[in-house]
Amino acid sequence: MTGRSRLLPGLRAYTLLYLVFLYLPVLLIPLFSFNDGTVVAFPISGLTLKWYGQLASEDALLRSLGNSFIVAGATAVLSTALGLFAARAYVRNKFRGKQWSEGLVMLPLVTPVIIVASAMLTLFMLIGLRPSLATVILGHTFLTLPFAVAILKSAFEEFDPSLEEAAYDLGETVLGTFRRVTLPIVAPGIVASLLVTFTVSFDEFVLAFFLSGDRPTLPVYIWSQIRFPAKLPNTLALGSLLLGFSVLLLILAEYFRRKTRRGAADAKR
Amino acid sequence: MSDNSRTGVLLAMPATAYVGLLVAAPLGVLVLYSFWTQTYIDIDRSFTWDNYRTAFTDPLVRHLLIRSIWMAGLVTLVTVALAYPIAYFVAFRTRNKTFWLLLITIPFWVSYLLRVFAWKVILGFNGLINSSLLSAGLIEAPLDFLLYNEFAVILTLAHAWAPFAILPIYVSLQKVDRSLLEAATDLGCGRAECFLRVTLPLTIPGIIASSLIIFIPTVGDYVTPALVGGSDGKMVANLIQVYFGAANNWPLGATLSLMSMAAVGVVAVVFVVLLRRAGRVIR
Repeated sequence: MTGRSRLLPGLRAYTLLYLVFLYLPVLLIPLFSFNDGTVVAFPISGLTLKWYGQLASEDALLRSLGNSFIVAGATAVLSTALGLFAARAYVRNKFRGKQWSEGLVMLPLVTPVIIVASAMLTLFMLIGLRPSLATVILGHTFLTLPFAVAILKSAFEEFDPSLEEAAYDLGETVLGTFRRVTLPIVAPGIVASLLVTFTVSFDEFVLAFFLSGDRPTLPVYIWSQIRFPAKLPNTLALGSLLLGFSVLLLILAEYFRRKTRRGAADAKR
Repeated sequence: MSDNSRTGVLLAMPATAYVGLLVAAPLGVLVLYSFWTQTYIDIDRSFTWDNYRTAFTDPLVRHLLIRSIWMAGLVTLVTVALAYPIAYFVAFRTRNKTFWLLLITIPFWVSYLLRVFAWKVILGFNGLINSSLLSAGLIEAPLDFLLYNEFAVILTLAHAWAPFAILPIYVSLQKVDRSLLEAATDLGCGRAECFLRVTLPLTIPGIIASSLIIFIPTVGDYVTPALVGGSDGKMVANLIQVYFGAANNWPLGATLSLMSMAAVGVVAVVFVVLLRRAGRVIR
């Protein structure tokens, strides 16, 4: 093996370069959010926190942040609830049309968002549903469902079905088993799904742009700010906060996902 | 029907119905709209082929549709070509694979809008590259070929889609039976030949998966062409948005959405067939 790797010294160098390419834009945002000057250039002219301070007084920003929390929260709950049932069925049950149903539920992952957005807008307007946070929630639930199903499927795959059977044998009802056996074991998976769907919805732009009407979500607000060069430092500061927030949520999600695995292993013992 | 399968149908029903409804109903409405006409603020609901006639004869539509597919194809090619060695490296040359996969996927969790914005900041006229080169005295005037063109769009999207390209290829590389490679080496295959005739054909399913995952959303991408594409980099999604927004011609926008979807479908199918055949030929 080592002999072979020595034959490919370029591959390691290429991988390092690629990682620089991946991380450069991501690290650039927080780095320049502390920059005193308004121009993004090396060398950095001085360190400051003033751009962060200015964010707190932007009313439109705070309103859109509130809207985003409502949308992402509702989306997370809805798509995780739908995903929970579906994932359990895909892992535990055999039924006709299972593959077909699974394929359909994963479809939002590979549909161009602009088509989903334009189609939903036309539908909602036709049936008299005015663009609002509710329509964004409906759209985001559609978009995030594949993520919920994928995460929850792996949660169900890791736990032993004989535990549920044992509960039935001991006289527990279907609902009782679900509440007292299934739910506690897959709970970390549920939390992971809530966190990931929340993050995806919180970041989603195109659908929100089409469906939010006069109540912009945070990405729609950011979109309106990106146009103005004078707003650049504030946008960088806001971006850094969001970046930190997303990373925090995902670390949490990963933690809970691993906990499912450990919980499942403990239960088997 | 057994109990097990009845429960399965019952549990899978809400999610399936939800997605099914939100796929079928909006598409149905799009089809309806594409046969209607916009009359200032109202919709004339009498049947007409006019939108399709306009869309097919309008040179701008044809131009943007062809360019979107061409750009999406280029983006797919570049992204997959750049990603393949990384997937290969992680699959064959690393011990702690989970760590490497995590390392590759972390940037993906930063808001897409912000990542595109970051590239704009890097490549822009007053951006990172230009102002740094200027202050270092390496150039006299800002380079203007970095931003607002197809290059910027391809670079940005190659960055945005990186994990989507790496992961499926990585999975298919992991599945390659290592003893096949040993057998090929024992039979006198050189390393390059071994890769071209054993590894590469066996990873075609992974390449197809990553290509489709990248190609399909890219045709309909709105943010990147709007932010870094300039007037030369605009794609069909930007036009669709104009029809649904400022131009207020929803029927034409609906027609364009449907045409894009059909075009994406046709190109994707042709691509899969061609690549499968290519895999058989090189083997």
